[in-house]
Amino acid sequence: MSPVNDVTAPAESLYAKRKSVFPKQVDGPFRRFKWLVMAVTLTIYWATPWIRWDRGPHAPNQAVLVDLANRRFFMFGIEIWPHEFYYVAGLLIMAGVGLFLVTSAVGRAWCGYACPQTVWTDLFQHVERFLDGDRNAQIRLEKAPWTPMKVWKRLRKWAVWLVISFLTGGAWIFYFADAPTLQHQFWTGQAPFVAYGTTFVLTMTTFIFGGFMREQVCIYMCPWPRIQTAMTDEKSLIVTYKHWRGEPRTKGLKKAQDEGLPTGDCIDCLQCVQVCPTGIDIREGPQIGCITCALCVDACDKVMAQIGRPRGLIDYATEIDCEAEMKGEAPAPVRKRLFRPRTIAYFAIWASIGLAMLFALGVRSRIDIAANAERNPVYVRLSDGSIRNSYLIKVRNMQSRARPMAIGLDGLDGALMWREGQTRDQASRTLQIDVPPDQVLKERVHVVAPAQGIARQDFAFTLRTLDEQKEAAQDDESFVRPEVGQ
Amino acid sequence: MAEKKRIDAPTGTQTVGHEWDGIEELDTPMPRWWVWTFYATIVFAIGYVVVYPAIPFAHEASKGLFGWSSRGQLQQVMDAETARRTPILSAIAATPIEKLVAQPKLMEAAMQGGAAAFKVHCVQCHGSGAAGAKGYPNLVDDDWLWGGDLQSIEYTITHGVRNPDEAKTRISLMPAFGKDGILTGTQVQDVVSHVRVISGQEKASASSRRGDVLFQQNCAVCHGPAGKGLREFGAPNLTDPIWLYGGDRETLTQTVTNSRRGVMPAWGHALDKATIRMLAVYVHGLGGGEATPVAAQIAAQAAGAPEAQANAATP
Ligand code: SF4
Ligand code: SF4
Repeated sequence: MSPVNDVTAPAESLYAKRKSVFPKQVDGPFRRFKWLVMAVTLTIYWATPWIRWDRGPHAPNQAVLVDLANRRFFMFGIEIWPHEFYYVAGLLIMAGVGLFLVTSAVGRAWCGYACPQTVWTDLFQHVERFLDGDRNAQIRLEKAPWTPMKVWKRLRKWAVWLVISFLTGGAWIFYFADAPTLQHQFWTGQAPFVAYGTTFVLTMTTFIFGGFMREQVCIYMCPWPRIQTAMTDEKSLIVTYKHWRGEPRTKGLKKAQDEGLPTGDCIDCLQCVQVCPTGIDIREGPQIGCITCALCVDACDKVMAQIGRPRGLIDYATEIDCEAEMKGEAPAPVRKRLFRPRTIAYFAIWASIGLAMLFALGVRSRIDIAANAERNPVYVRLSDGSIRNSYLIKVRNMQSRARPMAIGLDGLDGALMWREGQTRDQASRTLQIDVPPDQVLKERVHVVAPAQGIARQDFAFTLRTLDEQKEAAQDDESFVRPEVGQ
Repeated sequence: MAEKKRIDAPTGTQTVGHEWDGIEELDTPMPRWWVWTFYATIVFAIGYVVVYPAIPFAHEASKGLFGWSSRGQLQQVMDAETARRTPILSAIAATPIEKLVAQPKLMEAAMQGGAAAFKVHCVQCHGSGAAGAKGYPNLVDDDWLWGGDLQSIEYTITHGVRNPDEAKTRISLMPAFGKDGILTGTQVQDVVSHVRVISGQEKASASSRRGDVLFQQNCAVCHGPAGKGLREFGAPNLTDPIWLYGGDRETLTQTVTNSRRGVMPAWGHALDKATIRMLAVYVHGLGGGEATPVAAQIAAQAAGAPEAQANAATP
């Protein structure tokens, strides 16, 4: 490398070019587990919007639905309205704490198996292997000149990727509308523009992220590896190369043994490097590029079997296990690894948020009243000297059947009210309304009260249902009068 | 300044030939994608000029290949909107106001249309919340000079108040008692005292008792012997706590001395029937509207044709 002040040295590029990774096919327990996770997560992802759930004629019959137009969120028996958004916030917090819990217990399990980026990259790599052959064939093809054969092979691969991207990325829209209807609309060109837009964007991002950017997303774009580094400690499981067993690496094992040289278990066959989807060498120690998918474990275990050494030169292990093993002691039992103050604390937080939400769900009211005082004008003086205030009242019925309800006044003695469209001679202390299913009913209500010295008087609009369930709600409000002397 | 262009050794790129304090600028070629994008914009611009109106001539711009213009597009949108509205507006215009109330579909359109028209034509005087101001009646309360039922409101809006160009306009003629020399200054004060007594603002006094007599001679014709007002003349009720100009002594003195001559445009000259009807319905609905006369209500039950017409026309 030339010294910095050597002005004649050619400028070095500020950016390193991405080195393509051609991971090799591998088989083993972890690989099979990865297949299983992929199958299960993709199935859940695809199937969920198609599960039906009978909600009667007034709500969509889809079990899981984010109804943006009507601002509802349906999840099996649970229905969440916009003012109950804290449930969604709670779910997000639970997901976050759950991720902490999993990470502190079993390291980057999320990254290695469940992260969509991992799942799709894996899927795309299999397509690549199926169409173009394994690692060596792929490298050869990459280096080959652009013959018609290569063009054909590339186009073929991209086409399959695109189809997968479309089927997986596009499926996301079914979470936001009635799936069978939307599917029909989609193919007949009647779906809303946003459906096509979303499908296009998600198809293209899946295609680009899974097909071309792959480990670049994990290493440079995703914030989670940085956070995870802080979440794991000496008791977390991570993929580790046991250097005390492997070193010194010995290429010609037989020869070295014959010559009586010191030998380690690693025969430097580079299998672990070739199967790695992020293209790193785990023998250099833990690093940010490692998503702990354990494919290198599968690969190395096979090599160990061939050379007749025990499995686990590369293995899932905690730092404490490693130290114990180095000293020849037995590793700590799994129970101790999983149940420790840190994981228990995460679990406690996670579970208490869950329980609190369940409790809130259990006791929540399915009616609601919200009154808004009109401010233009604030009050009206009537010809008999009394004062009138007007309110816009919103009554929510969150059940899927119409319910008779009564709005009443709590406090504000001598006050009467009437709804818009009525006249003052029809005024009373309670108003009866029928609120249609799953709807917010708006009523403009005039309240008239005798003029008094008090400028502002607090009272409440009460709401109760007139059916067997007898739910009640109320909203506090103020009645405004002119200041004394005005 | 001008030096010779030369090849920069470290990069192998030609310099532009300037030097500032020993700093030279490299004449690095544009990236190819940049150049192509630039050419593409030129091609796009030519296409744009051909397709859209772009070249300004003396009176108008070039027509463009398909004759598109923003004005034309606006006209299209407006035409479509007019076509959508016409049936319901003509139904409203064809339905007498007292029958309108019985037709929810027309009423909903009328309330919305009235609210919009109010914001354009009425807020200047009556305020955005229709609460009025000094001299401009509050339309939200239940005190009406000319009547607060639907027909009266519609009439007032159509013909205005004291509109010189309108034969059927509302006219109230209160004499300027002081200015015209009908009453002396003291007499005016006595009448003011009496008015303040009947509106509950003062206790009876010698002055108010004198004022009572004067009131019966001069004011009772329009305001009634008890001062309750008469809507035929637009004469306000003087016993309630609502004052258009103010109920304090000073304001009342001015009122009795000089009279008050509020005016309102006759909207029949400027707005179509449907709009006026929608305005009347809206104002009536602000909270102070009075019941429609009973006869009209019964007639409204027999409503029919225009509603059906509107139903057929709206989706
Ligand atoms: S696969 Fe195992 S033996 Fe082969 S290089 Fe990697 S660590 Fe060494
Ligand atoms: S080093 Fe091993 S565990 Fe880490 S990403 Fe590569 S193959 Fe997966």
